[in-house]
Amino acid sequence: MLRWIVWRDLMLAWRRRADMLSTVFFFVIVVSLFPLGIGPEMQLLRTIAPGVVWVAALLASMLSLGRLFANDYQDGTLEQLLLTPQPLFLVVLGKTLAHWIVAEVPLVLIAPLVGVQFDLSRETLWILFASLLIGTPVLSLIGSVGAALTLGLRGGGVLISILVLPLYIPALIFGSGAVTATIIGTSPAPHLYLLGAFAIVALVFSPWATAAALKISLE
Amino acid sequence: MRGDRRLFSGLDLSVSPGTFVQLTGPNGSGKTSLLRILCGLLAPAEGEIKWEGANIRSLGEEYVAAVTYLGHRHGVKDELTGIENLRISNALNGVEISKDRARAVLKEMGLAGRELLPARLLSEGQRRRVGLARLLVCKTKLWLLDEVMTSLDKGAVALVRSLIQNHLTGGGIAIVATHQDLELSTDRIQRLELTT
Repeated sequence: MLRWIVWRDLMLAWRRRADMLSTVFFFVIVVSLFPLGIGPEMQLLRTIAPGVVWVAALLASMLSLGRLFANDYQDGTLEQLLLTPQPLFLVVLGKTLAHWIVAEVPLVLIAPLVGVQFDLSRETLWILFASLLIGTPVLSLIGSVGAALTLGLRGGGVLISILVLPLYIPALIFGSGAVTATIIGTSPAPHLYLLGAFAIVALVFSPWATAAALKISLE
Repeated sequence: MRGDRRLFSGLDLSVSPGTFVQLTGPNGSGKTSLLRILCGLLAPAEGEIKWEGANIRSLGEEYVAAVTYLGHRHGVKDELTGIENLRISNALNGVEISKDRARAVLKEMGLAGRELLPARLLSEGQRRRVGLARLLVCKTKLWLLDEVMTSLDKGAVALVRSLIQNHLTGGGIAIVATHQDLELSTDRIQRLELTT
């Protein structure tokens, strides 16, 4: 059942590739603006790199979150999803997984490439990749709660940022912390462990919260 | 009850298998709200809905598995083709069908040759037909149909009529919000008129 939901959402995303690409381009452009604006000061660029890449990833995921449930809500398929004989959190989990694959995985893959502009070492780029790989599921999971709560509201896009961005802070701190640790020569492992723990907590709680929020939004 | 407004009260209805319930009433009288309450999307302000003697809230997924609800929004994805729409919506409801079966069903709904077009290229009525095609596949006992006859031509209305007829003879229940007279050949018809 989960398979069908994921397949459905991936297919829909594929038919609307432009949406997916715009998120990736947004991320690439935001990250690239910093080296261009600051100039070739390698030391400074290395210092700000983890924060810049991570903040850009948070903002890019804001762009795609609004679409997570809104399209299905408008054409009535969300109602039908709520009325399928399976636990709602599974439906939500499937949609969130699809969102992660469509909106976050491309960012994770391209991050090492844009990280080169900040004069990061190969090892640091790997840690950047790893921290995003562990951290981006958190963005999709927590973001889905915000998307469900703001469903059908006017100006939902802004509201979702206000709701969700503060909840991203732990992921931001540990994610960029891991990269910074590598740059200054200490072990990134504690940061990555904490990030992983945070991802697991989000995985356990947010599908339920999203399911509850969806029920309220559709009443 | 929507917001502060009382839409209807004192509603007491029991429906036995093979019965057709026609729900009528002026716009805004609460037909859609009633159907949404019946399928469990909305919680009633007071009272309860029972299915085979048990409250639908406690039955949960067991009840949902016995119900097909088609709202006045089609529930059809514009980006997907007719076949994909049909296969996905059925699979999510626990009935997996092959591509050939989906093609046959859509043909029966009068969509032959249109199965592989994305739904956004179809007309309003054709999209409605894609949504209604689910009724041919599902094995649920209770159908809740909300104004599904709008933007359908005569042929399609006759099709829906025969679908409902078959459903009723098979011991199913259909609760339909519509103002059209379906002229069903059954004596088990209840009419429920909501007033504002």
